[in-house]
Amino acid sequence: MTVAPEKILLRLHVNGSAVQCAAHPNKTLLEVLREDLNLTGTKHGCEMGHCGACTVLVDDEPVLSCLALAIEAQEHEIRTVEGLADGPKLHPVQQAFAECGAAQCGYCTPGFLMTAAALVERPGVPTNAVIRDAISGNLCRCTGYEKIIEAIALAARRMEEAATHA
Amino acid sequence: MREQELPSVSTATNPDGDARPLTSAVEASSVLRRAPQYPPDKPEGFSVVGKAGPKLDSFTRVTGQDRFADDIFLPNMLFGKMLRSTQAHARILRIDTSKALALPGVVAIVTGADIPVRYGILPSSPDEMVMALDTVRYVGDPIACVVADDELTAEEALALVQVEYEPLPAVMSIDEALRTDLPQLHPNPRRTNNIHKEVHLEFGDVEAGFASADRIFEDEYFFEGTTHAPIEQHAVMAQYGADQKLTLWAATQTPHYLHRIAAAVLGMPASQIRVIAPPVGGGFGGKTEPFAHELAAAFLARKTGRPVKITLTRQEVFYAHRGRHPVRFKLKTGVKADGTITAIHLQSWLDGGAYGSYGVATTYYTGALTTVTYKVPAYKFDGCRVFTNKPPCGPKRGHGTTQPRFALENQLDKIADALGLDAAEYRKRIAVDPNSTTVNGLRVTSCGLRECIDAATERTRYKEKRGKLARGRGIGLAASSYLCGAGLPIYWNAMPQSGAIVKVDRGGGVTVLSGTSECGQGSTSMLAAIIAETLGVDPSDVSVCYGDTDLTPVDLGSYSSRVTFMAGNAARDAASKARHLIAQSAAERFGVGPDRVGFAGRRVFDLGNRERSMTFIEAAQLAEARWGTIACVGSYTPPKLAAEYKGSGVGPSPAYSYSAAVAEVAVDLETGEITVEKITLAHDVGRCINATNVEGQIEGGVYMGLGEALMEEWPFRAGEHKIPNLLDYKTPTSLDTPPIEAIIVETDDKEGPFGAKEAGQGPLNPVIPAIANAVADAIRARIHSTPITPEKVLKAMDAASGTTLRLKKVTTPSKPSPVPV
Ligand code: FES
Ligand code: FES
Repeated sequence: MTVAPEKILLRLHVNGSAVQCAAHPNKTLLEVLREDLNLTGTKHGCEMGHCGACTVLVDDEPVLSCLALAIEAQEHEIRTVEGLADGPKLHPVQQAFAECGAAQCGYCTPGFLMTAAALVERPGVPTNAVIRDAISGNLCRCTGYEKIIEAIALAARRMEEAATHA
Repeated sequence: MREQELPSVSTATNPDGDARPLTSAVEASSVLRRAPQYPPDKPEGFSVVGKAGPKLDSFTRVTGQDRFADDIFLPNMLFGKMLRSTQAHARILRIDTSKALALPGVVAIVTGADIPVRYGILPSSPDEMVMALDTVRYVGDPIACVVADDELTAEEALALVQVEYEPLPAVMSIDEALRTDLPQLHPNPRRTNNIHKEVHLEFGDVEAGFASADRIFEDEYFFEGTTHAPIEQHAVMAQYGADQKLTLWAATQTPHYLHRIAAAVLGMPASQIRVIAPPVGGGFGGKTEPFAHELAAAFLARKTGRPVKITLTRQEVFYAHRGRHPVRFKLKTGVKADGTITAIHLQSWLDGGAYGSYGVATTYYTGALTTVTYKVPAYKFDGCRVFTNKPPCGPKRGHGTTQPRFALENQLDKIADALGLDAAEYRKRIAVDPNSTTVNGLRVTSCGLRECIDAATERTRYKEKRGKLARGRGIGLAASSYLCGAGLPIYWNAMPQSGAIVKVDRGGGVTVLSGTSECGQGSTSMLAAIIAETLGVDPSDVSVCYGDTDLTPVDLGSYSSRVTFMAGNAARDAASKARHLIAQSAAERFGVGPDRVGFAGRRVFDLGNRERSMTFIEAAQLAEARWGTIACVGSYTPPKLAAEYKGSGVGPSPAYSYSAAVAEVAVDLETGEITVEKITLAHDVGRCINATNVEGQIEGGVYMGLGEALMEEWPFRAGEHKIPNLLDYKTPTSLDTPPIEAIIVETDDKEGPFGAKEAGQGPLNPVIPAIANAVADAIRARIHSTPITPEKVLKAMDAASGTTLRLKKVTTPSKPSPVPV
């Protein structure tokens, strides 16, 4: 027995699957993903909404999972870094991040990837200024953002090309 | 191979220089260890080294597959939390844990009395304990550690621990630390103040140097303290098995030091402890020594028999700190009319925070590398580190050399202006020469400083712009140098600084075991590239096992920019021995001498007739049949470089990297706001092993320097860190960071692996003074302290123009008010 409140049953939609788990109702989405669903790809650097490392997509919009309660995310589609790739085929932002060297330690990377995925999945190719603005809520201490911006621009171009071919 | 064509390759020679057949792998190793010589490097022939491309671990990083320390969960685990002091300086009268212990879900609580062992990363200052025994020395100093079934309960329990303090006067500044009427943080009967370390060194005839100077410049500078703020909060998982072995998974840059100190603190044989360094989510020097939470988790895992995880909150990361020391400088430089330096006297005062950490080394480093960038014929250095009631300072990227660089490069521009010299040409003229020795006995080998200055200034058209841009726009240059690993280990020993084992599988795969820690700097890919180049395979054929004290030979760790040079050389040593064995057996098959065997493109062939070849797999099997299992050891010990004086151990390095930065800024003359528009940085990396990675290191260094130049601060109020969070502690976002252009300069260092030097730290150093010099160019006034804030810009402009009022004069419309109708 502990001081934590009784667990409740959470019904979540994560990366296209319906999942259930018993968790304390005061847990953040970040904690439930990492600790109860074993999806440790989502990281944390502050748990106060300051760094962006915990960014996931909720209904395709970037959300700081450290500030969201899991219980509130129940009716929504959640996407994490584990759900970005299409089977063995990497998402264009993942492919570009790897190629460009946009992940150094790689710890901020899942957060950036989710922010970037939301951006590039919209039609059109964002300018560098738009990219800089979109990722301004994600902190990276390794890269100086240079290669992250390069990677997002590359992914956006590739997606646009693929869309025109299709 | 990424490149399918067969490049020309180096040949395998018997390292002993004769063709004496070797009879076994073991014998081969011992023979080879005596005289490691390598095939001559042919830059045009490299098939892996020098190519750009993704790092080996990029793909697992972008999918979230890698497990960092906090991503490890074990069955039946406990969560640990540390109770930290609320007082800056106090005696602990009583700690009552009974209420906390009675809380359901709490499994154990320990305090300082349970582990009363002093330790310290430097053997010369063992002044820390896992938890305070009787005195707390900063807000955040650990007092107790609770483990519970879940995190919430552990947190709740902290609130129930009662601590009774007897407050002591807090020492919160360098000035206060030098006073004799305040209590000592660490009782020292030989002193009456809080000085931790004093250094006084003099080289050459300093008095004569100043006497012969035409001009003497004297300035004072202050470099503000900053912190690393890696995005990964420190974390550790400790497990004590039924076999009585302790395993620690720690977010550490230095698994070996944690291993050593855990053994000492826990009173366990090191053979019963295994330290594993999973991928580290950024270090920058902040994870280079054993931390209280790591040792407490280990202790509690042993005590409870259950796995214990402790992950620091972001606030605690600010308390764990070991960040950049705030330093005050007095800098006196004598020059001839043409700018030639005749003597330098540098005095530094370091605010060390509450404990020693690496501080003794930091103190030396504020003076040691002054002479490695420009020629200084006579040099005097006085350093002084003090204890204050703040989180302990330690090494941050550039360790102790970043702060004086700000002072030196700032003053150098001032000298150039006063003497009417072009600041770039001037720097080139006084730059140290390759293959020279400094006045304090440091051996300089390869040096691309002049090339770096040329590259950065030409790219930015610096000479056309400096002093000629409109007011409010500026361009600034600065240069620097850095170590490729400290020449001496931090604890005295005669063993190698790095070891490696290379094992060749009969399936063609190669595994390297290296004690390094991968903190994002790319050590894994560097090792794979060096081994792939040596054996003619693809980097993807190389599997790198790192940072595991049970499996990997010791490497002292990922700090001091030592990994490429030292671990790289060790890996190359081991791989060369494997190559030699494979070459011997292949040579027998080809019926030629082993010096005619080449390796490239996953093939082994007769250099005289490339048709005569076999796959690397066939060659590996042939070698295994001939010699037995192919597993070779390598190691690296730097040459003896230290001169004969006390303190000479800090500063020597087997090589120095060089950098030059040019910053271009716009300053709003009304608000003082600074916009850095671009930073161009040229870096002499010796030889670039992977351009993507070297550029990444340069860009990261530039970015980190930018934050220190413009925004990062370490403020305290009433004994407390004022801003221990990532919102108030400003680090540059993507909107604050300008485009960065990295220029790689190669000098082919004779002792570096394939000629390589470091890129992880050096590029940060010139960035801060380059920005300072650019701002000075824009506002025609100099700012002598970091960070360079809008407020300081306005004040400096006021001081330069002799005004004190910045606000515009209040006026009313000149036309009379219309008469109401
Ligand atoms: S962990 Fe959520 S913003 Fe930092
Ligand atoms: S890659 Fe390390 S924090 Fe971004």
